[in-house]
Amino acid sequence: MEQEIEQYNFDFHKETAQIVGGNSDTLNIKIGDFAGPLDLLLFLIRQEQANIFDIPIARITEKYLEYIRLMKRLDISVAADFLVMAATLIEIKSKMLLPRDPSITDEEEFEDPRQELVDRLLEYEKFKTAAGMLHERSTIEQAIFTRGPIESDETNAEVDASVFDLLTVFQKIVARHVDEIKMEIHREEISLADMLKALKKRIFETGELSLLAFFEEMHSKRELVTAFIAVLEIVRTESVKLLQSKTFGDIILKKVS
Amino acid sequence: MTEELQDIQKNARTTAELVALVEALVFVADEPITAKLLAEVLEEERESVQAAIEELAREYESRESGLQIREIAGGWQISTRTEFHEEVRKFLKTRPSAKLSLASLETLAVIAYKQPVTVPEILEIRGVQSATSIKTLLDKRLIVAKGRKEAVGRPMQYGTSKDFLIQFGLKDLSELPSIEDFEDLVS
Repeated sequence: MEQEIEQYNFDFHKETAQIVGGNSDTLNIKIGDFAGPLDLLLFLIRQEQANIFDIPIARITEKYLEYIRLMKRLDISVAADFLVMAATLIEIKSKMLLPRDPSITDEEEFEDPRQELVDRLLEYEKFKTAAGMLHERSTIEQAIFTRGPIESDETNAEVDASVFDLLTVFQKIVARHVDEIKMEIHREEISLADMLKALKKRIFETGELSLLAFFEEMHSKRELVTAFIAVLEIVRTESVKLLQSKTFGDIILKKVS
Repeated sequence: MTEELQDIQKNARTTAELVALVEALVFVADEPITAKLLAEVLEEERESVQAAIEELAREYESRESGLQIREIAGGWQISTRTEFHEEVRKFLKTRPSAKLSLASLETLAVIAYKQPVTVPEILEIRGVQSATSIKTLLDKRLIVAKGRKEAVGRPMQYGTSKDFLIQFGLKDLSELPSIEDFEDLVS
């Protein structure tokens, strides 16, 4: 308790936490370092020097909620499990406030609302202690060293590899590389200007050009569209004629002589 | 050499020879080697191998060797003695480190004592979600999945692994102190 006061003041009317000493990082760790709500609860019971079999539920609930608020103020994310425990505590607290059923006289029949929580705390504490034991054991084990790994076929497999193996692997890599290239998305964008130039060259070299054949040469939709625009453009700007021998037949681009 | 002759040769091993052979195999084994495996490799009776390994452990003990032969995770292992950890660490340039968080240790304790145990059962005892801890423990191979429980939702059950025994220096699970023993320490 005293140690905690040294570290922070908590005004729970205003719900603000003031860090008095130390930097906030170390305090964060200190406060957030509970393994769970039961751990926090055990800590508070011990801090309050309360008897676990007769928990002063109002006081402990208050302390518990203080902690939760403090954690929130310090931006420690409060796990849902902590809130579940808060609700449980409040529920027990309210049950404790209810007058005892006068018809139940037998002490045996009276069920303490705290009983389930006490059972859980005791059960949990056993495992917490066991965890401490495991920690000790692992610390001792860390002081023991076994020998380093010995080279064997399993640990050093590459001694088996021959030049032939190397070639096989290399081939695989090459093969994979080819596959990769195939998967590459072609976006060799041919510009309209280039397309026009190519089209003009074809027409002026051969005198005429089959549009069907020309369009067939295109690899992508994009190129096809560019080619189409180029055809429209060349018809508009150059002395080129479009000839079609029959309806829906091939169209020939012809240089006007 | 005929097989019969070979047999005679093997059986003719003296106790000292057998102890020496066992020592060599325990030394080269990557993880604790069982008496059964030793017997198989050496083609000897399990009992004589067992006697040899115990003799070996005693020898190391009696001459206050820097090494020890320990029974761990159902097998035998050669390692340095705890007393020399400082010097060994200085040479290896390693520092002891907290390997597991408080939450992970707690989760491990629950699994060790309650195995096979499901995630909801761990939550019940710890009062907090343990998914992260379970992942850590699985990654470190301290716990393993032990099949599904025949209950609603068929939840996965977890138990400790051989690595757990090795890392915590246990012969087997029965070497863990009883969980009820901790009750006396509580409160």
